[in-house]
Amino acid sequence: MNPLERAGARPGPAFTVTFDGRPVRALPGQTVAAVLWAAGVTSWRATRGEGRPRGVFCGIGVCFDCLVTVNDRPNQRACLVPVRPGDVIGTQEGTGHAGADHEGADDGGDSRAG
Amino acid sequence: MRGQTTRERTTGETVVQAELVVIGAGPAGLAASLAASARGARVVLIDAATETGGQFYRQPAAGLGAGRPEALHHQWRTWERLRDGLAASAVRVLTDHHVWCVERASGGFTVHALLGPEQEQPAETHARAVLLATGGYEHVLPFPGWTLPGVVTAGGAQAMLKGQLVVPGHRAVVAGTGPLLLPVATGLAAAGVEVAALVESTGPGRLARHARALTGKLPEGAGHAARLLRHRVPVLTRHTVVRAHGDTRLTGVTVAALDTAGRVRPGTERQVPCDTLAVGHGMLPHTDLAEGLGCGLDGLAVAVDAEQRTDVPGVWAAGESTGIGGAALALAEGHIAGCSAAAHLRGTVPGPAPAAFKARTKLRSSAAALDAAYAPPAHWPEQVTDDTVVCRCEEVTAGAVRDALDLGAGDERTVKLLTRAGMGWCQGRMCQTAVAGLTGCPPAPSRRSFARPVPLGVLARHHTQEELS
Ligand SMILES: Cc1cc2nc3c(=O)[nH]c(=O)nc-3n(C[C@H](O)[C@H](O)[C@H](O)COP(=O)(O)OP(=O)(O)OC[C@H]3O[C@@H](n4cnc5c(N)ncnc54)[C@H](O)[C@@H]3O)c2cc1C
Ligand code: FES
Repeated sequence: MNPLERAGARPGPAFTVTFDGRPVRALPGQTVAAVLWAAGVTSWRATRGEGRPRGVFCGIGVCFDCLVTVNDRPNQRACLVPVRPGDVIGTQEGTGHAGADHEGADDGGDSRAG
Repeated sequence: MRGQTTRERTTGETVVQAELVVIGAGPAGLAASLAASARGARVVLIDAATETGGQFYRQPAAGLGAGRPEALHHQWRTWERLRDGLAASAVRVLTDHHVWCVERASGGFTVHALLGPEQEQPAETHARAVLLATGGYEHVLPFPGWTLPGVVTAGGAQAMLKGQLVVPGHRAVVAGTGPLLLPVATGLAAAGVEVAALVESTGPGRLARHARALTGKLPEGAGHAARLLRHRVPVLTRHTVVRAHGDTRLTGVTVAALDTAGRVRPGTERQVPCDTLAVGHGMLPHTDLAEGLGCGLDGLAVAVDAEQRTDVPGVWAAGESTGIGGAALALAEGHIAGCSAAAHLRGTVPGPAPAAFKARTKLRSSAAALDAAYAPPAHWPEQVTDDTVVCRCEEVTAGAVRDALDLGAGDERTVKLLTRAGMGWCQGRMCQTAVAGLTGCPPAPSRRSFARPVPLGVLARHHTQEELS
């Protein structure tokens, strides 16, 4: 039995978001990571160094492996960010700032300490 | 909402006042908040998640309208008691608050948080006392292929299942070591995933040797074992995953038997096709906020006394942040800590339920036994090839770490400076123990300045306000 059925889920009406340009079905309350898993997608990031694919690892916001671009904002943790109707989700290449891919621009305009 | 005030500063920052602020709404923080509130303390309970419950009682997102969430949980009755108790109490709950720092302020403490999923809007809570119930995160040691999509932490698979009602694939292997692997395997199987194997590196003999201390855990373990049988999940003890295969996504794993010394037995390797590997080697405590406050540590956990007080006056800690021991221990410690904090605020004597002390003593000794029984295989570094990525954020390989050792680095810190291992987004949370293991020294506390990433604008504003006040 799939987990939605098993937990007797009666979600609100489904809506559409896009992932790399193609429409994907989403349910209210789902995070970006859950929407992508449900659509059979497990990677949505290419690493800065080797361009290797990554997706969810820790599932609780600690590892930062699931970084994704949502509505042009890069470096969002897919396992934490809830989806909204019409969200434009995209594979994050490197730092997510095309052309700004150099040391010190790790987080681009979204500079963070921590 | 007795006596709490909320006001907006001109900066748009929310400010909340309380007597006791509890950080973390898992079993420990819930028990602590209820105990303190029942004894007259004005409590604010803060958590980064959108729902209370922590890791063990992680709730499905409200929008999913789960009618039977208990179908994917254990000990639901205890959760109901905590949930209903919280609803009937005067505890003020602030969810979606990501705390990045707690600082001492005149007459108490200031808790700095960032609100919501985007984590940009700041919020402050002022309180006379602080109780840290921040739990822990999963420990995974590296092996070839562990960065492939489809490889997730065992707890992460569980968190996505309980909170989001999703699974990453159709056929899973659950592997590593520790008591968490059992509920994860049964949880995935119940959610329709074919669990091809549960691979536990500890041998059955080692578990049996600790059987007496583990008796408290056995009924639960037996329940899981029966469920594994029912779902026909093969259990391989004294085995380990030596490699995950795939190019852009996991396609299978190689498992091998271990000898009694924890070395892979040559010739025992075999491949198991799967699209999901849920892997874990135990848990590590979250100690950043405690370290920021200057609290002493005991090994890698926050050090506490018999009343769960840290060595910083006014700061208590409970649950996995003070040592890994499971949800029942977190409940007992939380209760004791909450009673002690309320007594301190009211000038009375703590008086927690005597059963809490008994439970804490018993569960701490079984936690110590579990820890000894479920240690990762002693020779795990031998399986880490030079091209295996160790630091996932900075893509530092085991080869680079070994080169740093050849250059004379003798500890984690020097390896970090030479290779950048541990300097990335996760600040070493995922690779710290692995780097320590490869250098041959015990992991040391990491002293991170912030518990969460903070936009520089928030820090700058914080700094200006400090200068003005
Ligand atoms: C991903 C994961 C899944 C797990 N699943 C299970 C399971 O299914 N069964 C089982 O027996 N054990 C499980 N465990 C073990 C579990 O940690 C404990 O048994 C139990 O939940 C510990 O209780 P606690 O109250 O100490 O901490 P937790 O339950 O971990 O609660 C800590 C809370 O603190 C919050 N927090 C931490 N830092 C901050 C911060 N800086 N700002 C704001 N909030 C913060 C977290 O959001 C969390 O809700 C899991 C552990 C992990 C990491
Ligand atoms: S999966 Fe680790 S931060 Fe999202």
